[in-house]
Amino acid sequence: MAAMVRKKRRLHALDFIVLAAVAGLVGYVAYRVDTVLIYKWDWSAIPSYLFRWDDETATLVPNLLIKGLVTTIRISIWAMVVASIMGVVLGMARTSNRLFFRLVSWAYVGLIRNIPPVPFLFLFYFFISSQIMPLLGIDAAIRNASPETLAIAEVFFGPANLMSNFVSGLISLSMLSAAYIAEIVRAGIQAVPAGQREAGQTVGLSRFSIMRYIILPQAIERVVPPLAGQFISLIKDSSLVALISIQELTFLAMEIAISEQRFFEVWIFTGFMYFVVCYACALAFGWLEQRMGAHRR
Amino acid sequence: MADNGGGDAMIRLEKVSKWFDDFQALQDVDLTVYQGERVVICGPSGSGKSTLIRCINRLEEHESGRIVVDGIEMDDDTKHIAAIRAEIGMVFQQFNLFPHLSVLENCTLGPMKSRGLGRAEAEKLAMDYLEKVHIPEQAGKYPNHLSGGQQQRVAIARSLCMAPKIMLFDEPTSALDPEMIKEVLDVMIELAETGMTMICVTHEMGFAKTVADKMIFMDGGRIIEESPPAAFFAEPKSDRTKLFLSQILSH
Repeated sequence: MAAMVRKKRRLHALDFIVLAAVAGLVGYVAYRVDTVLIYKWDWSAIPSYLFRWDDETATLVPNLLIKGLVTTIRISIWAMVVASIMGVVLGMARTSNRLFFRLVSWAYVGLIRNIPPVPFLFLFYFFISSQIMPLLGIDAAIRNASPETLAIAEVFFGPANLMSNFVSGLISLSMLSAAYIAEIVRAGIQAVPAGQREAGQTVGLSRFSIMRYIILPQAIERVVPPLAGQFISLIKDSSLVALISIQELTFLAMEIAISEQRFFEVWIFTGFMYFVVCYACALAFGWLEQRMGAHRR
Repeated sequence: MADNGGGDAMIRLEKVSKWFDDFQALQDVDLTVYQGERVVICGPSGSGKSTLIRCINRLEEHESGRIVVDGIEMDDDTKHIAAIRAEIGMVFQQFNLFPHLSVLENCTLGPMKSRGLGRAEAEKLAMDYLEKVHIPEQAGKYPNHLSGGQQQRVAIARSLCMAPKIMLFDEPTSALDPEMIKEVLDVMIELAETGMTMICVTHEMGFAKTVADKMIFMDGGRIIEESPPAAFFAEPKSDRTKLFLSQILSH
């Protein structure tokens, strides 16, 4: 590879002047807000919503904010898995030789991407909860499950009484994200040179094998950065399912903010919790990107 | 030289034509290649050389005429296409190695996924062919760590692992630095000595003189001249062939 331009690791005098100017502006705005806004900050309620003392067991147990955070992480991880599978299938369909597959995928992506997520969630949630959930039989399955199975299921899907609620949110969120992942995967597939497919054909591989062993691995490797961005968006978008009463972080934060009447504190802290999760995810993907395929270049 | 008179026709093209939109890439091409025969195709760029050999294994679809490979008719039947491709190996100008797989994995993918060989068996086969192209020591590396000449030799080994009866070469040395051309041509000459049926699109006239049984000159999608190399280089019949040869042999 050609010599890379060395990236400078030091700031210049001019950079410091700009930074100082920005800091000054922020300080001035904060000062103005402080003089205009008559607000008494009180963060004391927050810790008790993270953990509370349980008298029965005499231990600290997670309270609403931590429970909400766990649900948010759970739903995000599951939605990443489901949306990735759907997205890869849809992305492959977008590049299929068969017009039918291309049309189905095109229609799905076009529909989801051009409707705002909130109307979609409201409409779709009604459809899922009234049609799909009975079809999946989750409620019945929970009722009939043995305590052991239920205990395992709770690790993955959260408390039994909210499980069907959780799954509806998960399906909605996955369907939203899948459309965007499909477009990323399509771009990745199309970025693999035609010669790769041809070479696969000349060594006797079937269309499926060419996709599975040659095109997809290279396509996914190329789209790790935009995929990481999409996954981080997914974590943030998971806050939207609060609107359909999925009891994740935003939903519970909303309840606390109202009952405690401490909007700024609760929302600033909630924002901070999302930031930690999203930034950790970004770091993990950055690391993955560095590792992936580095040994081949 | 192969015995052209009595040999079996391995590849037969009859009046093959192909268009890219309005541009006619091939015009009524007739060609017969016998078993064990080595054919070298040359001609100016855009003359249809690559398109011709790419039609033989259906990387391009011909629009009229017939192509028959080892008795199998090339038509839209996917079984026929698969059967013909199983008999033909191909080496590309840009190598087209799989960059995400090691050299060894490049060679074992086809045998394992399409011929159903086990890993151990496929790896042994791959190592045999990597030795034949003189780079067994590179088996664990990735293609991007190899020189162009080494990559092209891996590509040849990868094709040979499928035990083809026919090898197609599409300008195999055109993307190589001059000092690497010889190592690839040497491997191709060794392959020719094994009796492999070969069609090579190349401008390496030294190679052509050494191994070709038949020279073909193409221009404008047609075969202009088809003759044994001695006659082809000594007394080309067509003026266009003369002009072309004078251009590429003058330096």
